[in-house]
Parts: sequence; C-alpha cells; structure tokens
Amino acid sequence: MKIYVCIKQIPDPNTVVSKLDPSTRRLVRSGVSLVLDPGDESTISAAIKLRDTIGNSELIAVSMGPTSAQEAMRRALAMGVDSAILVTDPALAGSDALSTARVLAAVLKKENAGMIFCSTESTDGYTGMVPGGIAEFLGIPQLTFAREINVEGQRAVIKQVTQTGYRTVESSLPAVITIASGSFEAIYPTMKGIMSARKKPFTQLTLSDLGIEAAQVGEAGAREQVMTIGKVEARAAGQVMKDDGNAASTIADFLQRYQLL
Amino acid sequence: MESRLDTDKQAVIDEVQRFVEREVIPVAHDLEHDDIYPVELIEKMKTLGIFSATIPEVYGGLGFDFYTYSQIIEQLSRGWMSLAGIVNTHVLVAYMIATYGTEEQRRAFLPVMAQGEKRGGICLSEANAGSDVQAITMTATRDGSDYLLNGSKLWVTNGQRGGIFAVLARTDTAARPPFRGMSIFLVEKGTPGLSSSRTFEKLGYKGVETAELVFDNVRVPAANLLGGVEGEGFKHAMSGLEVGRINVAARAVGVAQAAFNDAIRYARQRSTFGKPIAQHQAIQLKLAGMATKIEAARLLLHQAAQKKDRGERCDLEAGMAKLFATEMCQEVTLEAMRIFGGYGYTKEFNVERYYRDAPFMLVAEGTSEIQQLVIARQLLERYKI
Ligand SMILES: Cc1cc2nc3c(=O)[nH]c(=O)nc-3n(C[C@H](O)[C@H](O)[C@H](O)COP(=O)(O)OP(=O)(O)OC[C@H]3O[C@@H](n4cnc5c(N)ncnc54)[C@H](O)[C@@H]3O)c2cc1C
Repeated sequence: MKIYVCIKQIPDPNTVVSKLDPSTRRLVRSGVSLVLDPGDESTISAAIKLRDTIGNSELIAVSMGPTSAQEAMRRALAMGVDSAILVTDPALAGSDALSTARVLAAVLKKENAGMIFCSTESTDGYTGMVPGGIAEFLGIPQLTFAREINVEGQRAVIKQVTQTGYRTVESSLPAVITIASGSFEAIYPTMKGIMSARKKPFTQLTLSDLGIEAAQVGEAGAREQVMTIGKVEARAAGQVMKDDGNAASTIADFLQRYQLL
Repeated sequence: MESRLDTDKQAVIDEVQRFVEREVIPVAHDLEHDDIYPVELIEKMKTLGIFSATIPEVYGGLGFDFYTYSQIIEQLSRGWMSLAGIVNTHVLVAYMIATYGTEEQRRAFLPVMAQGEKRGGICLSEANAGSDVQAITMTATRDGSDYLLNGSKLWVTNGQRGGIFAVLARTDTAARPPFRGMSIFLVEKGTPGLSSSRTFEKLGYKGVETAELVFDNVRVPAANLLGGVEGEGFKHAMSGLEVGRINVAARAVGVAQAAFNDAIRYARQRSTFGKPIAQHQAIQLKLAGMATKIEAARLLLHQAAQKKDRGERCDLEAGMAKLFATEMCQEVTLEAMRIFGGYGYTKEFNVERYYRDAPFMLVAEGTSEIQQLVIARQLLERYKI
C-alpha cells in the first residue's frame, strides 16, 4: 500500500517566541529557525510503524511550503520515510487551511494514496482544519484522534482516544487518519538515516503540475480572513479563602455557583 | 583551515545535540551522582549510530572523519562527559583494528563494534606503568599457534562492559629499548583466565567503570595479534593515542562549553547590589575570558583532527589541543563555579559536576606534563639548527 504522511515546517517552538505581524496579521516565519513540526515527528513515527507492520508498503511524505521546507522533509526522510513530495509555488503564499487542503488533496489524488496520516493540528497555527479538508476534497472517510492503527483486509481500524478511554472505529480505505498527540513516541533519525536521506527520491511540484489555478489558492483563494489580532487577556487571579472553620462549605458554594457540584 | 561541515554531517551533529538535550541532560545529574552505568542511554547511542561513526563503511560503519567525530564528542560531553569516555576507548580500538589490523581482524571485529554490541577497551596502563608505557610487565608468550597472556592492567575504561580489549604486552622481554618487543592483542571478554578484580570509586567521571583486569594464562590465538606481526604494538598504541587525545580535547571543550552556558545564564538571572551580576564588570571579564579560551581550544582541536584526517602525523597538534583544552577546562569550570557563588558548590547545579570531571582529563591519554614533553620533542625536531 502507498501510505502518505502530510507534514509541515514551522518556526521552532523550542527556540522561537511566536510573533504576529500586525500588518498581515500572520505568524512571522521569516528570519526565524524553522523545523519539522515536532507533532509531525510522532505522526511520521506512527506511519513508519504501520508501514513496517503491514509490510510491502511505501511511505511518502507530502508537504506544501516554501523551498526551505526541504529541510523538514529531509528530516522526515532521515527518520525513515521512503520518499518526499513538496509542492512549492509563489502563488501559494498566504494560503489558508482550505487552500492547503486543496493542494495536498490534489497531490494525494494524483498519487492514488491508500492511507493518509496527518497530525491533528500543527504546532504553529493550531487550526486543525486541514485533515478534514483533505478527506472532503477526496471524498474519503476521516478517522480522528487515533492512538492505535491497524489495517484489517480492506479496512482501517483505529483506537480513537475519548475523554474517558478509547473506542474502536473503522472505515473503508483509502482514509485520512489523524493522530492523537502523545500516542506515538517520536523515533530519532539514526546517523545512517541522516546520511542516506539525500539519496532518497524527492519530487518538487508546482501548481501547474497539479492543474490548480493560482486564483484558487494563496492570498487570492483564501476563504479565511484574519480580522483582528489581540493579546490574550491575562487570567484574573483566583480567589483565596482563609479557613475560619467554614472553608468546606464556602468551597462547596463556590463550586455550586459554577454548576460544578 | 576548512572549518565547515557539509550539510549532512552538520545534520548529524544537530541530531546528536538534540539527543543530548532531550535524552542526556534530563538524566545525567542523577546517574552521575549515583554512579550508575547509563544502560538506556548506551542503547540509544547504539541506535543513533555513535559507536559506528568512525568505522569504515565497508565494515558497517559510517566512515566519518575525526573532524566530525570531534564535534560529536563535544556535544555528548556537553551533556555528560562519561558518555564520551565510553565512546573513546571503543573508537581507539576500532581505529587500531581498521588501521593496523589484518583483513580477517577487520572483518571479525569491526561489524560487531559498529553495532555497538561489542564495545572496545584499551589496556595499556599498569599499576607501575602509566606515563612510562615502556615499563609494562604484561607478557605474551608464544605457545603453538596461540599466545599466553599474563599480568594485570589497571585503569581500564569499559573494563567490565567492554567486549573487545586491545592489550599491550611484551612479546620479547629481551628487546632493547623495550618498546621494540611490544605487541597488541585483541582479547574478547569471556576468554578463560581474564577477569576483573576491582573497580575504582572516583572523584568524577562516574557512571563508567574504571577496572583492573587480571590476565592469568589467557590463551589468545595468534590470529588476534594486531596486524599479525610482533613488535609493532608500541607504535600502534602511540598512533591510537593521537585519536585519544583528540577525543579528550573534544571532551574538555564540551564540558567547558556546558559550564560556560550555565554560567552566563545564571549571571543574567542572579542579581546583587541592584543589578544582574552579568552587569558587574568583574563577571563580564570572567565570561569574556572563558569564551575566548573555549574558542581557542576548539580551533586547536579542529586543526589536530583535520591533520589526522589528512593522514598526517599529528602528535604535536593533538598534544597542543589536548594540553590547552584540558587545562582550559579546569580553569573554566572553576570560573563557572565562582560565578554561581555558594550555589555552585552544591549538587543543586551541574557546575560542581563539570568541576569534578575536569581534572580527569588532565591525566587521561597522557598527562599535561607528558603532552608538554611530546610537544617539546616535536618542536626540537622541527627547529633543528
Ligand atoms: C579514570 C581513568 C581512566 C583511565 N582509563 C585508561 C584506559 O582505559 N586504558 C589505559 O591504558 N589507561 C587508562 N588510564 C590510565 C592513564 O592513562 C594514566 O593514569 C596516565 O597515563 C598517567 O599514568 P600514571 O597514573 O601511572 O601516572 P604517572 O605516570 O606515575 O605520573 C605521575 C606524575 O608524574 C608526572 N610524570 C611522569 N613522567 C614524567 C616525566 N617524564 N616528566 C615529567 N613528569 C612526569 C605525571 O605527569 C604525573 O603528574 C586511566 C586513568 C584514569 C584516572
């Protein structure tokens, strides 16, 4: 089976303090150190695990981004992904979640993907809209918050994390699968993996390769608009109560007021 | 001096750095204080490929140059110097086998060493022979198609966890000067007659064992005589020591860098007399001096490593790098401790560990005094009238 994993390069959350540009109201991505989204490392690890379990399969990473995203893709290749496809085009600048999903779906359709792995959301934008969008564009099911993934015959079977535990969900293939964060330990690339990453197949595509009009994507095609940006309101200090013998009932009253009891 | 890695090798160093930050630094303090062998970290280092780094590709390694290797060691030591020590004697043994071993020896030992399954240990020093390597008394006597090894070796790093030992012994006790009668044998752990009689408790360099190995009629096939020819052992050992000195210099740079990083962060956080101590000129002078010395040591180290990579003799350069870097490390770790004031003397912070790890490096792979003799000897050669 051809398994795909959608990945993204983002400003390094460990070293970069996220800044918003007040004029564009977007995250500043230039002049900062960029890395493969750490969340995607777990997703890639989950996909590698599945590829190795079911055997006779191939794992391909797909990304949309500027040419600098090659670095993030190389890391995915070093981790054990077999090949990579990057869609890069000047017209893609300013793409929203819808455009991103449109572009990724076009690649996946062309490739005849059997299974598509995505992180639930990226560590920079946190919209969480792209995986659903891809499934919609492709007209295939989406299985969300997976903590365990199996393929049984022609079906994908996952354990989906719920608030209290998990439930088993299954669907036909192809399907989009999103990973519950923290469910798969990220594997490290080995030195050998790093040294061989550059020798693995790497394809770069433009919009015309995918038959997508520039007007459908990027700033031009964006359906999402950031209206305003503002500071998060600082949380008000909590209420401190002294125990003068009635603390228990005061706390109970407090909880009741918020309908927590 | 060419001083940039190609992007793949840089990615390797970045990965080691990431490994150190995520996996080593969070556990190093406790493992070190409890003197515990880092079993899990070693497993991760195996997977990462650190034990295969310098082994030629045809024998299952990555074939990295020593310039790259020195940077891997610097990174590891920034996390915990002992890890770089475990790698050191392994790399030395692999280097000697790759460089001087017979083809059979390379095929027999290097692939398992590359996987890290069998790690190497070096047995040169004895109770009465450290700096004066020629004073060793361990003997290897021919017995049919074997040799019988007798004697004991002290200070063996990896002495209990190691799987392959390179043992310097006298094959001709009558040879004068004695080095002409010395040979190296590759002895596997578990060979009958080989045992570890004790390990040492140390000031620092904890977690990794420093053992005494006793050889009581240890029977080693002649095929395990390094290079297959008697009398070459001293030369092999000295050439291996050049690699060892590069390793120790890299360790010293790594430990000093760790001390500096901690110190400058602390200096910006700690306030006295109304301002962060980093704003006091006395502290700034310290920081400037520390950083400058670290950088100088790193450049000496890179120069020595690159000379070794070109296949040139580098005892002068490796000696200078080792001497300067280890003395620098001793000074810088003490300065870091001073910047931390009273807190630096406690186990709450890592600077006290760096300070305890530093003096070991003044001694290992040839003391500072011996480095100076080596350097001076080379200088007198070069400046002949
Ligand atoms: C923790 C640890 C791990 C070690 N691991 C290994 C290992 O894995 N394998 C191994 O073979 N060895 C190992 N060693 C041994 C190490 O290489 C020796 O300790 C070192 O070479 C010094 O030898 P020595 O201890 O016998 O000191 P000595 O040689 O007795 O030196 C004592 C002092 O005299 C000075 N000195 C000696 N000769 C001269 C001279 N000609 N001129 C001026 N000064 C001189 C020395 O510099 C030193 O200050 C290890 C040592 C330690 C402490």
